[in-house]
This record gives sequence, structure tokens and C-alpha cells, in this order.
Amino acid sequence: MISMKRRTLLKASIAAGAGLLIPGQVLAKWPASAFEAKGIDAALTASVGTGSSTESDKVKIKAPDIAENGAVVPVTVSTTLDGVESISILAEKNATPLIATFVLGEGAEGYAATRIKMGKTSNVIVAVKANGKLYSATKEVKVTIGGCGG
Amino acid sequence: MASIKIRAKNSDGTTTVKAIIRHPMETGLRKDKKTGKMKPAHFIQEINCEHNGKNVMTALWGIAISKDPYLSFKFKGAAAGDTVKLTWTDNQGNTDTKETQVK
Repeated sequence: MISMKRRTLLKASIAAGAGLLIPGQVLAKWPASAFEAKGIDAALTASVGTGSSTESDKVKIKAPDIAENGAVVPVTVSTTLDGVESISILAEKNATPLIATFVLGEGAEGYAATRIKMGKTSNVIVAVKANGKLYSATKEVKVTIGGCGG
Repeated sequence: MASIKIRAKNSDGTTTVKAIIRHPMETGLRKDKKTGKMKPAHFIQEINCEHNGKNVMTALWGIAISKDPYLSFKFKGAAAGDTVKLTWTDNQGNTDTKETQVK
């Protein structure tokens, strides 16, 4: 119950756009705190400097509706946004939601693909940072066999 | 070492880079069934990709990337024959690099 309340609170804070802004964060070094963060907006704040994101239909996720094996879930992200700085992939119900951040350099297009591990059925969230703002898209992936056990 | 397979292909001015890296990507959360001890974490943290010496993409990865990771991205401005270099570094300090020519 506590976690449910926390979830709604997090959602409310995202909706209100009241996330904390940490400007000028440099992404050159591997951000351990971001990958250890337990919440989605905490992870995003630690990795790309802001936790508040806007849903955008310009961000597209290609991922299976049902993943037979949670250890290998192919995810492709593409966006038509201009000035894309980074693409982050998160799985909502993984113990540590942040999976990867792709920092795009000069000339790179808003596209990234990889394969991720998912513990259980969950929303896959993609956050694209463009012109200093965060745009997101969500897709639910059902997992039959989890990929985080042994 | 030949842990990286990489391809870079030009199409309509956009270069698509695809790479597969051989790596265990151990999370540090699994038990070794033989010894009952936790397997230490061993995963790629950072991948750098350069086009003719200029960085085009840096990937920062956590433990939730699949074993033998696959990676693909696109960039503009490359000509056939240009060099694309991919370097990975894992949390145990291992590293590997591979270069390829854009086709």
C-alpha cells in the first residue's frame, strides 16, 4: 500500500512538472547513482538532470507485446524530435529501473536499439532529452519468464 | 581480442552502425549454483563510438542489458571508407576496441 501511494505521488509530481532540475550535469562519467536509483524520476534526475518528462508521440518504442524470455527483450527507440541529446531506457518494475542511457554526439540521429533484461511484466519507459527537455513514451511488455533470476 | 562484431552501412546519407559484443553481463544478483555464492557483477558500463576520431555516441549501460549485448544507432555525415571505432569498458576495468570501415 505504501508503495502504491508513492507511485501515485510520483506520477502526480511528473504530471505537475515539478521535478527537480539540476542544470549542467555532465554525462561523461558513468553515473553510479543513476543506475542504483530505485525510482524512475530519481534515476532520470541522476542520469540526465531532470525527472519531469512530457509524453510525446514523437518518441516511438518498438518492443514485443509479449516477451517469452525476459532476459532478452529487444527494444528499438526512434524519435523525430530535433536536437536530441540523449535517449534513456527504463523498465518500471526492475529493481533498478534505469537500463541504459545513450548520449548522442554531433551528427547522431534519434535512434537507438538494444536488448534488455526485464524481471517481470512491466512498462518500458523511454525518455528522450531534446533541447534540454525530457520527452517520454511508454509501452507495456508482458514477460513470461523473468530475466533477473538465476 | 575479438569480442566485438561491428558493421557500419551507409544509406541515403545516414550511417547505421550495428554491433554485437561478447560479454557475460553478470548482474551481481545471481547465485552460482555450484558454490551457492553470489556471482560478482561483471557488465559493460560504457561504450564509445567514434567516426573519424570524433565521438558520435556514448552509451552508459546498467546491469539490465542482455548477455552478449546488441547495439544499433544511426548518424549522419559519414562517407564510404570512413573509420568507425567502437570501444567498451566494463566495471572490472576490461576494455576492447574495434574499428571498421563504412560501407
